[in-house]
Amino acid sequence: MPPRVRTLLMGLAAASLLGLYVWGAAGLPDFGDTVSVYGTKVASVVSAERQTTNMVSAVVFDYRGFDTLGEEMILFISVVAVALLLRDARDETFEVTAEAERAERSPRGSDAVRALGLAVLGVTFLVGLYVVAHGQLTPGGGFQGGAVLGSALIGIYAAGNFATLRMLEPRGWMDAVHAAGAAGLALLGLGGLLAGGAYFQNFLYTGTSGDLISGGTIPIDNVAVGLEVVGAIALLAAEVLHDGVTAAPPPGEDAA
Amino acid sequence: MMALQAVALTVVAIAATAVVLVDDPVRQSMVASIMGLFLTSAFFALQAPDVALSMLAVSTVVIPALILLAAARVREIAGPGPRSGDDHDRDEGG
Repeated sequence: MPPRVRTLLMGLAAASLLGLYVWGAAGLPDFGDTVSVYGTKVASVVSAERQTTNMVSAVVFDYRGFDTLGEEMILFISVVAVALLLRDARDETFEVTAEAERAERSPRGSDAVRALGLAVLGVTFLVGLYVVAHGQLTPGGGFQGGAVLGSALIGIYAAGNFATLRMLEPRGWMDAVHAAGAAGLALLGLGGLLAGGAYFQNFLYTGTSGDLISGGTIPIDNVAVGLEVVGAIALLAAEVLHDGVTAAPPPGEDAA
Repeated sequence: MMALQAVALTVVAIAATAVVLVDDPVRQSMVASIMGLFLTSAFFALQAPDVALSMLAVSTVVIPALILLAAARVREIAGPGPRSGDDHDRDEGG
């Protein structure tokens, strides 16, 4: 495609996008305008119906659990796709990978970074577990806590603790955790059907508002999503670290 | 509260522009990380702590770390300059 045509196409696309964006933004409610009807309804109903003190969790994992399943599948499928793409290149770059692993064994980075990394690791891990476990009570939940736990895993690498990283090998557990989290959420939704209700209906005893065990299926959904997110981050980091990006295109191919 | 939100959003706009203006991906990942921190405080000022928490972990740690890891691997393999393959250069041209 000649550059001029490409620029023209790009200009057309950008102009239409700008038009649509302005049109869409013009129809939005004013900044800080009235709270939506849905929001008011949820706020008045949730704590009596589900015994959760975090309305966001109740909406995400209960009232609109099906949406969350879709969102989780987007994450799941994208990470699987990345893993597949990067693994495909592994065999072609065996020598390169060996070279990279040798570089990894020799220590690098400053002592300050390593010391700080070690100091922060445990705290980060604990905060992650806390955030996953308290999704039904306070802000946070499976996704947030899972991301914090994933940061802790990356912190192990930043702290230069390769011995611990080796313990995390082989990577089978990452695939397993990633898949178990995604499947777990889908199966928890089925529980509602089995209980004679709708998909993602809250079928467990909802407990007492403010207790750690409250909200019925909401905390269990949070654990499933937490597992999925930790698995996803671990898998992504591991794939990037060990093979994928090391793949230089083999000479003579890749002329697309 | 409005003033706090206005300041937070302005800082985000400035930081986001800075991210775009940085050329080197390695430096960019760090600037993006700082932008994530500002965005986190913006969500906090807008009273959305759930979103702020995910933003905190994802955009200040996970994404910059993944970019850094990828850049480090590319640098380790490719060396300081374009090393292997005229093929590669030609591909970029076409």
